[in-house]
Amino acid sequence: MSAPVPPGLADDLDLRGLVLRRETLLAAALVLLLAAIALRFPAFVTASSLGAVFNDSAILIIMAQGQAAVLLTRSVDLSVAANVALTGMAVALIDAHHVLPLGLTILAAPVLGLLLGAFNGLLVWRLGMPPIVVTLGTLTIYRGFAFVLSGGAWINSFQFSPAFLALPRAEWLGVPVLSWIAIAVVAAASLVLGRTAAGRGWFAVGGNPTAAAYAGIDPGRSRFLAFCFSGLLSGLCGYLWVARYAVAYVDLASGFELDVIAACVIGGVSISGGIGSVPGAVLGSLFLGTIKNALPVVNVSPFAQMAISGTIIIAAVALNTRAERRRGRIILRPVGPQAAE
Amino acid sequence: MSGALQINHPSDAEPAALPPPRLELRGIVKHFPGVRALDGVDLVLRPGRVTALIGENGAGKSTLVKILTGIHRPDAGEIRVGGRPVSFASPQDAQDARITAIHQETALFDELTVAENIYLGHAPKTRLGFVDWSAMRARATALLYGLDAPIRPWTRLRDLSIAQRHLVAIARALSIDSEIVIMDEPTAALSHKEVDDLARVIERLKGQGKAILFISHKFEELYRIADDYTVFRDGRSVGAGRMDEATHDELVRLMVGRSVDQVFPKVPATLGEPVLEVSGLCHPTEFDAISFTLRRGEILGLYGLVGAGRSELCQALFGATTPSAGTIAVEGRRVAIRSPADAVRAGIVYVPEERGRHGAVLAMPVFENVTLACLGAVSRHGFIRSAEEFRLARHYAERLDLRAASLAQPVGTLSGGNQQKVVIGKWLAAGPKVVILDEPTKGIDIGSKAAVHAFMSELAGQGLAVLMVSSELPEILGMADRVMVMREGRMAGLFERAGLTAETLVAAATGNIQARSDQP
Amino acid sequence: MALQQTTARVIPDRLLGPIGRSAIRWETLLLALSAAIFFANALASPYFLDIWNLSDATFNFTEKAIIALALAFVVMAGEIDLSVSGTIALASTAMGEAASAGFGTPALVAVGLGVGAACGLVNGVLITRLGLPSIMATIGTMSLYRGLSYLALGDGVLKDYPASFGWFGQGYVWQALSFEFACFLVLAALAGLVLHRTVFGRAVRAIGNNAFAARFSGLAVDRIRLILFLLTGLAAGLATVMLTSRLGSTRPSIALGWELDVVTIVVLGGVSIQGGSGTIPGVVLAAFVLGLVTYGLGLLNVPGIIMSIVIGAMLIGTIALPILAGRILAARRRP
Repeated sequence: MSAPVPPGLADDLDLRGLVLRRETLLAAALVLLLAAIALRFPAFVTASSLGAVFNDSAILIIMAQGQAAVLLTRSVDLSVAANVALTGMAVALIDAHHVLPLGLTILAAPVLGLLLGAFNGLLVWRLGMPPIVVTLGTLTIYRGFAFVLSGGAWINSFQFSPAFLALPRAEWLGVPVLSWIAIAVVAAASLVLGRTAAGRGWFAVGGNPTAAAYAGIDPGRSRFLAFCFSGLLSGLCGYLWVARYAVAYVDLASGFELDVIAACVIGGVSISGGIGSVPGAVLGSLFLGTIKNALPVVNVSPFAQMAISGTIIIAAVALNTRAERRRGRIILRPVGPQAAE
Repeated sequence: MSGALQINHPSDAEPAALPPPRLELRGIVKHFPGVRALDGVDLVLRPGRVTALIGENGAGKSTLVKILTGIHRPDAGEIRVGGRPVSFASPQDAQDARITAIHQETALFDELTVAENIYLGHAPKTRLGFVDWSAMRARATALLYGLDAPIRPWTRLRDLSIAQRHLVAIARALSIDSEIVIMDEPTAALSHKEVDDLARVIERLKGQGKAILFISHKFEELYRIADDYTVFRDGRSVGAGRMDEATHDELVRLMVGRSVDQVFPKVPATLGEPVLEVSGLCHPTEFDAISFTLRRGEILGLYGLVGAGRSELCQALFGATTPSAGTIAVEGRRVAIRSPADAVRAGIVYVPEERGRHGAVLAMPVFENVTLACLGAVSRHGFIRSAEEFRLARHYAERLDLRAASLAQPVGTLSGGNQQKVVIGKWLAAGPKVVILDEPTKGIDIGSKAAVHAFMSELAGQGLAVLMVSSELPEILGMADRVMVMREGRMAGLFERAGLTAETLVAAATGNIQARSDQP
Repeated sequence: MALQQTTARVIPDRLLGPIGRSAIRWETLLLALSAAIFFANALASPYFLDIWNLSDATFNFTEKAIIALALAFVVMAGEIDLSVSGTIALASTAMGEAASAGFGTPALVAVGLGVGAACGLVNGVLITRLGLPSIMATIGTMSLYRGLSYLALGDGVLKDYPASFGWFGQGYVWQALSFEFACFLVLAALAGLVLHRTVFGRAVRAIGNNAFAARFSGLAVDRIRLILFLLTGLAAGLATVMLTSRLGSTRPSIALGWELDVVTIVVLGGVSIQGGSGTIPGVVLAAFVLGLVTYGLGLLNVPGIIMSIVIGAMLIGTIALPILAGRILAARRRP
């Protein structure tokens, strides 16, 4: 720093703080996990295989950014997976029946997702309904509408146009477009959460809703924007999911909302709001993605996935709860020169 | 409406030298269900001058602050800013009128940076509508430099001390370019040196022509910092004038409205054997080495500044937090208190400071609240006997002169004073030996206050032991047989009632040793 | 001063009589709603009023309603339990394994109830001892319990249940009154008594309204919460016995998504999701409303997933409509 710094001022670069930060610990845990797998299955840790793990986690990473925004505002969005199913089904039908040009079809996904997110957000903002009730309700409604649209039929790979399916798999600089999209979304999320008024408002509203209102920020509107953000990203993932797996059906991504929340919680996003970060959500998603990818490699039954996810969620929440409890006001000051004066 | 003023009204005797008012309030009225919080108050703030707002707790100061910051809307009256009438529909409107308040519990955000805390809601924007972070950082640096505040704008707020947070709050007020700055008890939790720093900052703000409303209970500070004063009592403004023309006694008389003896029906008590003996009680972060004895029929006052650890001590005695060392004995028998349930069983009950949060269950009716702590007494085999329950509830409601439409009325719809009566009734129904009252008359009307005080005396007369936390000196001096003072989590003195003065207590509470010679 | 007036002034116990109080209640609305649905169904389908059809219809929702009775207490205490369907999967798997090992019907019932209670106890310990928020803890255990079931069964199925075991899900105690429905009626009466007449029920409501004040009034808040989660697990265990008996087989996907239906019954029954208020008659009526709707739609051959849209819409609508109606009325009153 060039400006003169008054004496006794803590330096910007707090090394101890950096070491103890959640993200650093999580990154270390991820490296340890990879090292443990590498000890027995070196093939898992090659560059191409790690790239595949990232690509497999891409959708989780994208949706975790949206969920993190909602969680920051002391809300929760349980409807994200149903949003994926409905938008996925909608764009699949549009493509299968050649209603729109490809570009507009793909664009329809995030737009539709945004509308679904906005509906959640409006109920929370304008009617003051508890987010958990709203999204528990819309979770069935959205998935139900996927059924209404399709009549319960599956859209299979041969019904899609080749270009629709090819986009996420296309490679640029040797990396699939799906991964590039995830990287772009993470960059955008960092910008939104870290640098825009709306994003900083989410931290303020979740940290201290009353004070945020005093500062002229409407907590309801702030929540609405977070739900819109989450819906937008879910809608985008609706297209990515359908294109990547070349199939659309009503039960698509069923239960995925739990993985998304788990990724956020593992990444240190507090469900009581106000605390969390984009790198945390990314690392949480990668941690969960790595475990899920590694299970078949280390010969664990795929049926164990669900139990492992559950255990990880509980452990992560327990860790977060302990960390949050430790903070508090301290009255007692050390007996020093002031008391002896 | 304001005809009852006892001292010269600012608009009556207007020395030519004074600048025209920046803010003028006339006949502001505000009702809450069951309470008349403001009943026609007047207030004038002038640029470059500090006006002290003086009044007991519950006199309406906080309500006024909330009206000025757009959180509440007045039911009647006029607000003029710079001579023009205004009305605030939201906090944003107040901010646009360039009014900022620095609240008691400064309303800031732990997870955001200092610069963001300063600029939340009005961040500088680039031409594209994005937050201009470099401009924000530069301006925050300049503001903090101007306040002589050694704080980096990129530090997260949770790493700052309370005094530093106040400086951030002041920087926030300046960042809005406020013309009117309201400071609601900014010095309550500050040390002497920190108060000096704050006084310098205020001097600088005066120099910039800001109009400042300064709320504090500490007269010594008021004489140092304020130029003018306005006194509130029971929701009315009862006096105003220049600080250097008012004596301490005059201000106290205006504030209390009568002499101390009249308000407090303290009957001389005959003290019995010890009921509660506390010895060497410690807590890792809140208080240290607290020892005292409470005897039958005694009212022990517990005095100290906000944040001295008084409530924390009470909560530990009540089992809400766990002390790290020390012993508690009730009637000579050592008791282990690990939860409030243990404390109630041992005969210790606690009337908390935050009635709505810790005391009453606001959504539940009066009778259910009264019997909540003694459900065993009104039930058989776990089934509640309704007739018995209503009989007990009516007994305490009538004994405490409760004003309610029916016993089935939710407690949240009663006035603050009547809510307090319900909480006290709940504990009397539980048959306690020791009653801990934490700020028992904070924020309640004068009539209920008198009822609570009379009742406290009655309890002590019946042989209960009372521990009363209070920040109001007249209440402490009027009611307590002995007074224990705490400062920064430690005992700072134990005083007998005879010959005790307010100055002694304040000196002990603030650590100003010179005045502390006449008592053990 | 005021003291003289005290003796003369009498505070009445209540302002409204019992009839006046019941007229303005949510339960009255629900009763009217279920009656309306009943008549609409009777008009729409000639098969609706057949007593055996009606009795069969009760199977659809009795098991969920039994869990809802217990969950109502949890929600009223300001908590939530989303793990009930996971509990059913795990308990049913344990029963299936026990049946395969040759255990008799009484042992199977004990296993079902025991595993259910154990799952509830784990939830309770996580929430009260480790201080986890109940929504996150039970989202975790929802995955964990069902995950354990998948781990044990994979895509397999267990169906070695003894013949006598079928009675719990298919048997009748008197005429068309099934064991399941009789059980529900008894439990509903019991739950109503406990919530509205006992010290325990009062404590639950106090905790839901203001857990701080409840603790500060000397109530054993954490112990009561633990008991509530335990009871919910036990209720899920009982539902498992009935459901497994009725289906005669166990798959890991058993009762998938039930937590949503159960929460809907509780919320539709007028229990505040923020805790503190609600009644058992309300929950019972809500169960009837949902049961009648699904039964009626079923007779009209409406697919299950459309019914879930209806349920989701009812969940949102029952909360949103009163708010909207209140706004519209308030807007009308102001000229």
